[in-house]
Amino acid sequence: MPSREAGATAPISMTPIERESQARQGGAHRVLVLLAHPSPDRSEVNGPMAAAARRIDGVTLVDLYAEYPAFDIDIDREQARLQAHDIICFLHPLYWYSTPAILKEWQDLVLEYGFAYGVGGSALLGKLFFSALSAGGPEAAYRARGYNHFTIRELLQPLEQTAMLCGMTYLPPFALYGARTAVEEGRLAGHVADWTRLLEALRNGTLDIERALGLPRLNQDLDMLIRPTAAASAAGRR
Amino acid sequence: MDGFLFHAFVYLCAAVVAVPIAKRLGLGSVLGYLIAGIVIGPVLHIVGGAETEELQHFAELGVVLMLFLVGLELQPRVLWQMRARLLGLGGLQVLATLAALGALAWIAGLDWRTALAVGLILSLSSTAIVLQTLSEKGLMRTEGGRAGFSVLLFQDIAVIPMLALIPLLALPVLAAPDAGADAIQAVAGASQADAGASHGAEQAHAQMSLVADLSGWSYALVVLGAVAAVVLGGHFLTRPLFRLIAASRLREIFTAAALLLVLGIAFLMTLVDLSPALGTFLAGVVLADSEFRHELESDIEPFKGLLLGLFFITVGAGIDFGVLLQHMLLVLVLTGGLMAVKGALLFGLARLFRLPIADTWLFTLSLAQAGEFGFVLLSFSLQNGVVAPELAKLLSLVVALSMLLTPILFIAYERFVLPKLSGEGADRPADDIDEQGAVVIAGIGRFGQIINRMLIAAGVPTVVLDHEAGVVERMRRIGIRSYFGDASRPDLLRAAGIDSAAVFVVAIDDRDRAVQMVEYARRAHPSLRIVARAYDVDHYYLLQKAGADVVVRELFDASLRTGAAAFEALGMHPFKAEKLLRAFRRHDEETVAQLCGLWDENVEMAKNHALLERVRARTESEQRIMTADRSQLHDRTERGWTPPPKGYAEKLDDGGA
Repeated sequence: MPSREAGATAPISMTPIERESQARQGGAHRVLVLLAHPSPDRSEVNGPMAAAARRIDGVTLVDLYAEYPAFDIDIDREQARLQAHDIICFLHPLYWYSTPAILKEWQDLVLEYGFAYGVGGSALLGKLFFSALSAGGPEAAYRARGYNHFTIRELLQPLEQTAMLCGMTYLPPFALYGARTAVEEGRLAGHVADWTRLLEALRNGTLDIERALGLPRLNQDLDMLIRPTAAASAAGRR
Repeated sequence: MDGFLFHAFVYLCAAVVAVPIAKRLGLGSVLGYLIAGIVIGPVLHIVGGAETEELQHFAELGVVLMLFLVGLELQPRVLWQMRARLLGLGGLQVLATLAALGALAWIAGLDWRTALAVGLILSLSSTAIVLQTLSEKGLMRTEGGRAGFSVLLFQDIAVIPMLALIPLLALPVLAAPDAGADAIQAVAGASQADAGASHGAEQAHAQMSLVADLSGWSYALVVLGAVAAVVLGGHFLTRPLFRLIAASRLREIFTAAALLLVLGIAFLMTLVDLSPALGTFLAGVVLADSEFRHELESDIEPFKGLLLGLFFITVGAGIDFGVLLQHMLLVLVLTGGLMAVKGALLFGLARLFRLPIADTWLFTLSLAQAGEFGFVLLSFSLQNGVVAPELAKLLSLVVALSMLLTPILFIAYERFVLPKLSGEGADRPADDIDEQGAVVIAGIGRFGQIINRMLIAAGVPTVVLDHEAGVVERMRRIGIRSYFGDASRPDLLRAAGIDSAAVFVVAIDDRDRAVQMVEYARRAHPSLRIVARAYDVDHYYLLQKAGADVVVRELFDASLRTGAAAFEALGMHPFKAEKLLRAFRRHDEETVAQLCGLWDENVEMAKNHALLERVRARTESEQRIMTADRSQLHDRTERGWTPPPKGYAEKLDDGGA
């Protein structure tokens, strides 16, 4: 396992190739997935995604509702987890255009002044942050003319700004629209496969961060973002 | 000195060799001791005669200590609940046995007075053997075990009027004092058991008695006074005394004080012609609620064990093979007849008192012998010229043999009676558990009931076990599927479906039994999830060590809630009270986890200095987290939802990438 500094300080300003080579030197990036689903036995999307994440080496999955059923979040434990990982991901259904309550509680408690921001608060500096969510409405609803009026990325601006204040790089959300009918319409398997590819690419450092930054969502065209390993190493040799 | 060392060596050696072998063979420790006694006594002739008799009087102290320990386990409330059984079952047992055996002896041609004395002598059972075996086999908590205990306790009390009655039965022919004295010499071994320190009979009577010359009513007053002294003294004087001694931190003095207490009471009882065993039992009951209960238990326990073992050895060593061989057939017939008559009466009584069938057999087989009290009455009768020396010799052999046979009857109960009953379906069908639950719950008291209701409400199938027939019946009446049985019995757990259960909840309030249960379940079912209820931190560690997956302290959560309620009553904001509660809980749970390393089950908590030091430090840090300056940023209670310092926003620059 690389030292905390090696992982935490992989600078965002590096080119993807530089970042990748750094990842190679220090080993793979470590991904922390914080699952928040208050009703896991009814979950059709987040459950399979969590199960897939658990199977990937280098990915830590934390089921927040299971670990803190009374919302009694252990601040020290959570901060230590953040420090031990390079990439932080919230995995959750979209509740009222935001996260389920425990993730808000998690933010309120764990992202302390002096730890995540403010004087001496540099623990998260340089890490990657993104949200992987399932939304009930169809894609058409999440636009200025739709009934939700904003895109998901726009709705999640509080998270984006939180990440920025903490010095993290914010990636657009990995979002599934029309989640309530994804199983029936046969869209789930593809989504979980994309999710697995995304996590592996993040771990291996083969995701084109520069290109991803400005997208409305990460899974619009994953093939475009994930560079094949062979090509990447060819680029490295050149 | 040499003689003493030699004898100590012989007795210890016999015990150390014979008892583990007997245990290994499944015979139980009592039979092991008895066999050891027979080997070193009548078989090898290493010991025997006068010094064995003397030793036996001394060893009878073991019975006294045992009754003290039994009393410690028995809160006054429980004793009061037993009163119907104590008087009804115990009284009927003594009266019926006395009548039947007396009548038989009379028909056999004895004088009616002798016949009555024989009835008295043989109606009593062996407290020492029965209680020792019951607790060794974990049968004390069964219906049959409790009924047996009630009877034994009643017999203990009944010895007092019996000792008063026997002199009135004197036969003119035998009344010459010389004859009595000679007879004492003539009667061999075990039959000799006279008063000594324990059973308050003739020697003590002759040597030292406060009540020898008192009239009836003043004797009654003295007796009442002595009992009151034990109860009141036990309640009010012993605690400050023990507190004082405990503060001196001298373990051996505490042990000495515990022994002093027990022996002092025994002595007081012999002074007023009461049974010392009864007196110490009473003292035990009085102290059952005290904080020193476990300390006393652990201090007295080894003495009790050794003395009781010694007593059993002397019983074995005292068996006179000469007389036995001479009258082999007669002795065997008498012994068999005695046990058959006593057993039949016990069986009838148990049915009358509606004991379940398995418990009826346990009750019958465990109490069918004559006991050490019989020795006492026998030699007392002999001395008072009620029983002829020849008859006394015979009777003492019968008593000893019946005691020897008792452990064998226990084995018969376990090997033959129990399997048969469970095979054929006892008359109490509840013992045949037909339901298999995902969760097996042991103990359906106030604690277990809530667990069961929660699980049932959520649709989880449960099987509930409890050893209290009344509770089970009440539960069944309100529709809860519960089964009667001692959940510490592996066969019952298996019948309850422990093999297929996912979770085993141990919710009983018997601390030792709970640990044993967890140990067994863990050993037999490595993948079973075990959730256990702990009485306190000590118990928590024991359960954890025994293999419980989750241990819950029974009062911890309720106490926290009550503490938070007190904060709120003080006007504190409810969420602040909640935060304090959480901080306290986390701190406490961390400490319990830390202390686990220092905890040592073999050292009393009050004497584990490293642990105490840590506990003291914990108390201090507790105060710190509860009262610290709240403005400090990293104060643990206020950690979380702590606003950033005033004016912090001015220092924030655009930290974003």
